[in-house]
Amino acid sequence: MTRFFPYPFLSAFLLGMWLLLNQSLSPGHVLLGCIVGIAGSLAISTLQIPTGRVHRPLAMLRLAFIVLFDIIRSNIAVTRIILSPSRTAQSGFLSVNLDLRNEYALAILACMLTSTPGTVWVNFDSRKGVLLLHVLDLVDEQTWIDLIKTRYERLLMEIFE
Amino acid sequence: MSAHAILEWSVAVAELALVLAMACAAFRMLRGPRAQDRVLALDAFYVAGMTLILTFGIETGDDVYFEAALVIALMGFVATAALSKFLMRGEPIE
Amino acid sequence: MTIPSDLPAWVAILTSVLVLLGAGLTLIGVIGLLRLKTFYARVHAPTLGTTLGIGCVLLASMLYFSAVESRPVLHEILIAIFVTITTPISLMLLVSAALRRDWTEGDPSVPRPPDLPSGDETP
Repeated sequence: MTRFFPYPFLSAFLLGMWLLLNQSLSPGHVLLGCIVGIAGSLAISTLQIPTGRVHRPLAMLRLAFIVLFDIIRSNIAVTRIILSPSRTAQSGFLSVNLDLRNEYALAILACMLTSTPGTVWVNFDSRKGVLLLHVLDLVDEQTWIDLIKTRYERLLMEIFE
Repeated sequence: MSAHAILEWSVAVAELALVLAMACAAFRMLRGPRAQDRVLALDAFYVAGMTLILTFGIETGDDVYFEAALVIALMGFVATAALSKFLMRGEPIE
Repeated sequence: MTIPSDLPAWVAILTSVLVLLGAGLTLIGVIGLLRLKTFYARVHAPTLGTTLGIGCVLLASMLYFSAVESRPVLHEILIAIFVTITTPISLMLLVSAALRRDWTEGDPSVPRPPDLPSGDETP
């Protein structure tokens, strides 16, 4: 099994992508999609990327809803900053000490923080475990640190570690 | 005013807003002041163009626009990533 | 514009709202690109267009085409997945490139990039 499906999620994703692109569920397209999925994951397996394990899929779903909610909330906040005529946002860099070490969890955290308007992931020092962020509305540093530590990091550690 | 007329008008207004957004991004791209500002503006320009093409798709009811938007998404990402790598060390591929 | 006459009114209204919202958010994001003062502040502005802006337009397109062709049209999800994966990557690359450029030029307002090899010039 693992010989043909080194990365089962990637194969399933490629099959789904193929079916969505062709907008059909006919047996021919399912067969072609399976071939694309297996060939794609075999091609990727030559790179020997370490596989990750999701311990709690339901917590992953909860994380997705939290991120969606936060994206909507910070869209409103950033819109307010841009459109207010007088207010000049106090933006600045912020360092956070992270306890998270799993590479997949860090990658997901990076994508989450950068796609949320108002925060951009700048760099992560993996030796010291210090994350460098840029925040548009840096009024209270501690609020942002608490947000990342309690809202995201704890959940990601539950899922991946 | 019927619901269909509202849809026609709002698609037209949305297209106007997106063209304006592309113009603003192009202005920032020409003005700079630094290379990273221009690359950022190019990225925003791509995204606004992709959104504009998707609204064209709704206006004409044609599926071809979806594929054009997908190609723009791919090209925009590759262009921004290559330009950023170039700004970082002067080499797009290491 | 050719709208089928049997299109339900609620689909038309919801599509209009979503299209206007998406285009408006994209425009606001690009206005932020013009109005904000420093590069690092400007980085935050276009993410409005790449998250909810494109998301609303994609939802509108899915809704409209599903109603017109009376079958679920879901291939816009591909653009959504692609944009959510690629935008953070390009922004992170751009910001770290800008940080490195500013640091090597001796701008004192930026922190030292952690991946800079030691022995490089300092501001």
